[in-house]
This record gives sequence, structure tokens and C-alpha cells, in this order.
Amino acid sequence: MAELQLKSARFRAEREAEWRRLESLLAKGQAGAGRLRPDELLEMPLLYRQALSSLSVARSISLDRGLVQYLESLCARAYFFVYGPRTRALERLTRFFARDWPQAVRSLWRETLAGGLIGAVAGASAYVLVRQDPDWFYGLVPGALASGRDPAASTAFLRQTLYGGGHGAHQGLDLLATFLFTHNAQLALFAFALGFALCLPTAGLLAYNGATLGAFVALFAARGLGFQAVGWLMIHGVTELFAVTLAGSAGLSVGWAVCFPGERSRLDAAVQAGRRGALVMIGVVVMLFAAALLEGFARQLVQADLGRYAIAAASGLAWAAYFYWPRRSRPA
Amino acid sequence: MRSPIAALRAPRSTPAPAGPRPFVTPEGVDLRLAAAAYADRLSAFVLDALIIVGVLIGFTILAFVAAWGFRNVTIGADGAFIIWLLGAFLLRNGYFIAFEVGPHAATPGKRLVGLRVIARDGGRLTADAVVARNVMRELEIFLPASFLLARGQGVDAELIGLGGVVWSGVFVLFPLFNRDRLRLGDVAAGTMVVKAPKVTLPPELVAERAVDDLVFSEAQVDAYGIKELQVLEQVLRRGDRRTMADVARRIRVKIAWDGPTDIPDRSFLSAYYAALRARLEARALFGHRRQDKFDRP
Repeated sequence: MAELQLKSARFRAEREAEWRRLESLLAKGQAGAGRLRPDELLEMPLLYRQALSSLSVARSISLDRGLVQYLESLCARAYFFVYGPRTRALERLTRFFARDWPQAVRSLWRETLAGGLIGAVAGASAYVLVRQDPDWFYGLVPGALASGRDPAASTAFLRQTLYGGGHGAHQGLDLLATFLFTHNAQLALFAFALGFALCLPTAGLLAYNGATLGAFVALFAARGLGFQAVGWLMIHGVTELFAVTLAGSAGLSVGWAVCFPGERSRLDAAVQAGRRGALVMIGVVVMLFAAALLEGFARQLVQADLGRYAIAAASGLAWAAYFYWPRRSRPA
Repeated sequence: MRSPIAALRAPRSTPAPAGPRPFVTPEGVDLRLAAAAYADRLSAFVLDALIIVGVLIGFTILAFVAAWGFRNVTIGADGAFIIWLLGAFLLRNGYFIAFEVGPHAATPGKRLVGLRVIARDGGRLTADAVVARNVMRELEIFLPASFLLARGQGVDAELIGLGGVVWSGVFVLFPLFNRDRLRLGDVAAGTMVVKAPKVTLPPELVAERAVDDLVFSEAQVDAYGIKELQVLEQVLRRGDRRTMADVARRIRVKIAWDGPTDIPDRSFLSAYYAALRARLEARALFGHRRQDKFDRP
């Protein structure tokens, strides 16, 4: 056998069976890790390390590029399998809701407070402005969102929008829910995603959101419908505004990390804040979903003001308790 | 899309913008993963977008079929409306995340192109990182897209549309301006997309020597270096008749071949390949890797 004079060819002939075995196990494991038998699972890291050592040897003694490329690809695939994401979806989900999400939200309390203040100040200013001069309303609320509810509308029409939905508008109901869900979810996503630009766009979005609300309340308050309008808004608004504020606070934390990275590099700081922010954001989407359900269904079903206020208060308390109730921190 | 810019950048001493980068496993071996090329990522994204739109269209058709079954057109219209609002949102956010958290760490589009997502620091790819990088996509692509779709009237709408185009232009081209081809979402999440093609083990070329009695002198096997050896390897593996004839002719001239002339090109080439590789590998074992034919033998 003349070819075995070559050290690299001999090396390949000796090790090839191991590589093939690893390849077949990988194919099986990537179709679903559950398909591997326990002994195969135990074999995997062993074969992986052998392949890595083969790669090092091949790089130094073999000039066969096809072989080295094969080993590089095999080792990369095995590496990703051995060090790949290992958590099961359901396990991850429970851990997320039981621990990660509230923890992330709690750690953002400063930003949440700041975001809430920005929204509140903007809302209060818009309220004062519109009460003094109703024309401000047109500047603060885009026409599509107002859909006829502006200072030119009659009081009766405004009242009807608060308690409407009774006259067989059931198909409109779910359309409304989906539309608002995507609209608000998008607003929240932008508040988060734009945060990296030194917090400014996020603060702007929060202020805009607050101002729109303030202008609406002012419009209704001018017709003596203030109490009712707040009930109409807050039945879902507590959840929704909280969600948007949390999204904003996640964006603010990223922007803050970019501005003041401290000891870390700017990129690292942004990455860390971004990861925590993303955690908050998944939860925010869930909250917005809950808000859309409350808005689309609970608001149409509960027509009494006090009932609406009760639901608003209950949802506010529930969220606050869920996030901020002191709990024993378990080791990770 | 990539080539003109890559060509522009080439003179400025940036060696191989999308070449391998060091990626050392905990065992201390460098896997030399290559960052995915911009064109690959673009085609993967287009494939994914086509899949998403295809699914949405499928559901819409289902909704209309159901409506036709119930003899009620409004159900179909409502259903289509809900599908394109809620379905598009859930699908485009869920699709990327669900697939990238999975065992392949790649969406079907990425798998077809041969890409996968990794954590830049070499650690485990966490679900959080996958979510972060995909949430940012909303900002990079779907925000300007929604600007363009939600056209109002008047100068403002035109301006907003233009702003959307500029905005998306900045972020879509962003990966071209860093070495690892990072999208903004990759920067934020600490991830990157690498080439992870599935390479099959090619047959050993040294084993296929048909003519064993060809002997090359030392001067003849010293004619070339590693680079030429690997080009020869490629030629043999591809097995194109005309190229092999051409290469065999050139090698015969270069090494002043005076042995038998009636051997087929393929046999001659694989015999020379084996001899050259034996020579170069032996020299490499003694610490001299001869890079190419211009290197001192």
C-alpha cells in the first residue's frame, strides 16, 4: 500500500470512522436531541474532542485542503451542538414568567419612574393646553387616531363613543382589538428600539403618547365627560400605559448605557442593557395583548363607569404586585 | 450589491473583509468561522420574507374558502384583515425567534444559504440574545416599510416616506461598514451570523494512484509550493477533462517531464499530486511550510 507512506493519509485512514460516527450522531441530534440514546449522548462530547484534536493535527500535518475544510465544518457543527442552546421551551417559559421578567422589570425601576414622569408631564401639559385653547387638540392628536372625536364633535357623539359598541358592532370589536394590539405593540417596540440613540427618541415617543392622552381627556373634560372618559381609557389604559412605559424604560436604559458606559466599553454596555431590555420587551408584548383584550372585550361588556374603574384599579394592583412585591431571591 | 463596495474597499489594506475570524473553543482550538457575506444574508432574508408572505397568503385563501363555505363574504374580508394585521405581526416576530432558538440556530432561509447565528463571545447563544436581535429588525426594516405602506397625502407624507427610505438605507447597508457584517440587531444582542456550510468528506486523492511506477526527481517535486498543491487538489476533485489536460501540459513543461508520455492526464496528475504532497508534508514536518512556488524550497 504505497499511499500509506503518507503520514497524513494514514492519519485520515485511522480517524475517519470516528468522524463518520460523529457526523451521523450530529444528524440525528439536530433532528431533535431527544432522539439520541443516553449512551450516544455520552459519546458525543468525546467524539467532539477527538474531532477537535484531529483538526489540530490535520492543520499541522496535512496539506489536503478538502480534509481540513471538512474537519472545520464538522467541528463547528459539533461545537454548536455541544455548546448549543440547551433549555427546553416550556422550562424557559415558566422561568421567564416566574423570575426573569419581574426581576428585569424591577431592575429598571429608575428608568420606569423617569419614563412615567415624562409621560405624565406631557399628558398634564397637553391637558392644560387643550383646556385653554381647544385648537391645540388638532396639533397633538393625529386625525386617524381621533376619528371624529375632536373639539368640533357634538357632546352626544362623544358620549356615544364612550358607551358605544352596543349596537351589534361585534365584527368591529375584534378588528379593533387586533388593530390596537399591533399599533401599540409597534409603538412600544419603537420606544425600546430607538433608545440607543441617546434616549431622545424614546423620551419623545413617551411624551407624544402622554400628550395624546392628555389632549383626549381634556377634550372630554371640556364637555363634562372627564370622569367617564378616564374610566373608558383606564380600563385597559393601566395595563397599556404601563407596558408602553416599561418599553420606554428599557429603551432609556440602553440609551443611558450608551451615554454613560462606566468601566465597560460602550458597545458592551449597550449589549448588556439591550439584553435586559429585550427580556422586558417580550413581557411588554404579553401585557399589550392583555390590554388589547381588555380594550376590545371588557370595555364593551362593562358599561358602568365604576365597574371600569374597578377593573382598572384591579389590573394596576395586580401588575404592581406581580412586579414589585418583594420576594425571596433564589439562586439562579 | 456587495461586490462594487468590496471592490472600492479593496485597495485600502483591509485584508479579506468577510474572511475567517478567530473563534476559539473552550478546548483551545480555533474554528476560523467566517462571517456571512452580505449577499448571503440578503438572500436568506428574502427567502424568509417569501416564506412569511406565502404563509399569510395561504391563510388568507383559507379564510376566503371558509367564508365561501359559510356563504358570508364579510367573514372572509374580516379574516383577511385580521390575518394581515395580527398574523403578519406575530409571524414576522415569532418566525425568526422560534427558528433561531431551535437546534439549528437559523431560519429556513439561513439554513438554505448555509448560515447560522452564534454568540459573538463564543458562549452559548441564549434565547434573550435571539429575541434582542430580532426585535431590532422591526426597527431596521419594518418601520420604514410601514412608513411607505401607510401613505397619507400631502408634503408631510412624502417627507416621511423619504425619511423612511433614508432610514432603512442606513440600516440595511450598516453591515457593510464593519468587519463582521453585523446588523444593528447583532450589535445590540452580541450575536453574529457566520457561514456554517455542511461539507462532506471528499475521497482521499492519494489513494487513487493508478500508475505506481511514476517516479519524480527531487528537483521535479520542488517545483511548486502549498498554494499550487491545493489548486491541483481542486482541479483533481472537480475532474474537468479540459482543465486537467491544460494543467497536466503546463506541469509537464514546468518540471521538464521526460518520463513516459502515454499516461492519461488524470493518472499523471494524481501521481504528481501524491509525490508533491509527500514532499511538502515531509518538509512541513521539519518546520518548513513552503507557501508557494516563489518561496525558497
